[in-house]
Amino acid sequence: MKITPERVAAVAKLARLTFTAEELTRFAAQIGDILAYMDMLNSLDTTGVEPLYSPAGLAGPTGATRPDQARQANSRSETLANAPATDGEFFLVPRVV
Amino acid sequence: MSDLHLLNLTQVRDLLARGEIKAQEAVAACLGRIHDTEPKISALLSVQGEQALDAAKSLDAAGPDTDKPLWGVPIVVKDAICAKHAPTTCASRILENFVPFYDACAVARLRAAGAIILGKSNMDEFAMGSSTENSAFGPTANPWDLSRVPGGSSGGSAASVAARQCYGALGTDTGGSIRQPASFCGVVGLKPTYGRVSRFGLVAYGSSLDQIGPMARTPLDCAALLSVIAGHDPADSTSAAVPAPDYEAAVAARADLTGLRLGLPEQFWGEGVDPEVRDACRAAVDAAEKLGAKVVDVSLPHTPYAVAAYYIVAMAEASSNLARFDGVRYGYRDPSAGDLAGLYEKSRGAGFGDEVKRRIVLGTYVLSAGYYDAYYRKAAQARELLRRDFTAAFERCDLLCGPAAPFTAFGLGEKKDDPLQMYLSDIFTISLNLAGLPGLSLPVGLGRDSRLPVGLQLFGPAFGEDVILGAAEALSQALPSLPLPRGIAAA
Repeated sequence: MKITPERVAAVAKLARLTFTAEELTRFAAQIGDILAYMDMLNSLDTTGVEPLYSPAGLAGPTGATRPDQARQANSRSETLANAPATDGEFFLVPRVV
Repeated sequence: MSDLHLLNLTQVRDLLARGEIKAQEAVAACLGRIHDTEPKISALLSVQGEQALDAAKSLDAAGPDTDKPLWGVPIVVKDAICAKHAPTTCASRILENFVPFYDACAVARLRAAGAIILGKSNMDEFAMGSSTENSAFGPTANPWDLSRVPGGSSGGSAASVAARQCYGALGTDTGGSIRQPASFCGVVGLKPTYGRVSRFGLVAYGSSLDQIGPMARTPLDCAALLSVIAGHDPADSTSAAVPAPDYEAAVAARADLTGLRLGLPEQFWGEGVDPEVRDACRAAVDAAEKLGAKVVDVSLPHTPYAVAAYYIVAMAEASSNLARFDGVRYGYRDPSAGDLAGLYEKSRGAGFGDEVKRRIVLGTYVLSAGYYDAYYRKAAQARELLRRDFTAAFERCDLLCGPAAPFTAFGLGEKKDDPLQMYLSDIFTISLNLAGLPGLSLPVGLGRDSRLPVGLQLFGPAFGEDVILGAAEALSQALPSLPLPRGIAAA
């Protein structure tokens, strides 16, 4: 399927990205090539094959559960230290409502 | 000792442990070497020189500690891995000023073992790339030939180890990002089994594929590093609750390759491999046979589908993971943003580089309604078929081997404008990430035409790192060692 600059713009909007007209044209061509290559998977018979989404736990237990106990969390000042804008207690963003 | 930087990790560690040199001397040797070579190769994004000297001073004041297996050893960490109070940028503008307030599990374990963090290494932005050219802060040069790439995405770590700036480094490997640069720079790099090393504190790219692993100048050195960083971590829900052995002891226990069944997958040795790479790898297989290995021909029939399946999975996971960079809690915020949607779009638009944007868009596309089954689910089914290939192959052999990359280091700029060609250079490494298996790249010599390093990849079943490292060390003893990289010979 041909990937148009308009199609790239629509998907970019879903991903909260904006592109210039030059970027849209360039990315549309590159993404079209890459998707055309990926279409080779259509020739693979996967009837009845269970999809593998993660190798976690395939070869041994992960110990994913742990006791539900309160622990020391990160401090507010450390958590806010990397934020672009705060009021000392909260992250600040442009007015939403 | 003026040539202290030339020693291997385990050699310098033993001198430190015996009190024959001070930790401050080891750090000073590395900082001197960084000073001499960094203008040529640009392997590091930041150097924590003062912090490293302070840490060394504290260690020296207390004296060597037998409970700390890497006491005083200077290490470099890829900039995708958080180190407390050191910048962690992922080579991206969007994290240019990010300074984490905690250590990644692997870094905390290094520090607890007495290792000293020297600096943070360059990489492709968010580990997306195979050449380190996608760094927002400029490329790294290959120490063997400054006009060539070091590979990627852990190109800074590989170049730093090759240039003797440090004794070992941490890299990360999502589709070959440890093994391919190790191959291009003539160092040893190991991608462990998925779950073997905690991903806590690693900035996520493809969460079902990412692993942290060691890079150093010998397999024994990698074993010493892996023994420290491996093991279960409750903070990573995919971390394996499987005890980690003493890898160095496992390596020491193997003198030769007697009885080892070494499988050669036909798909890794045929068309598409440069003849000089194939011949150098074949010579190493011949050396393995002389050491007692028994060579077995095997097949991994779904290999031709691996690149397509890998990039679908990796981009889908990347598009989800990188949603967290929104200009609110950390990272770059565009000052011209009006409303909240504008803040997201402008901050991400200005903060991310081209390759990252391309992968986010592709990942969003393959996960979007109407395409999910055709791309993402189909790729996950191909992934299962690839895993079955390996399971069948390991019924007939103990380890598999083949070239780590189809060619030696390519020129800076050569593939930069053709993303698909760049992706295809990962053909021999990505299957392992899809299946979650361990693999190591071992330098086996220089290509006869290019005179650049060639890496042989040894890969094994899940949690087979001890067998891989042992075989790699035995084989490396039988091969001629590489000279110092000639691109920095005068440094």
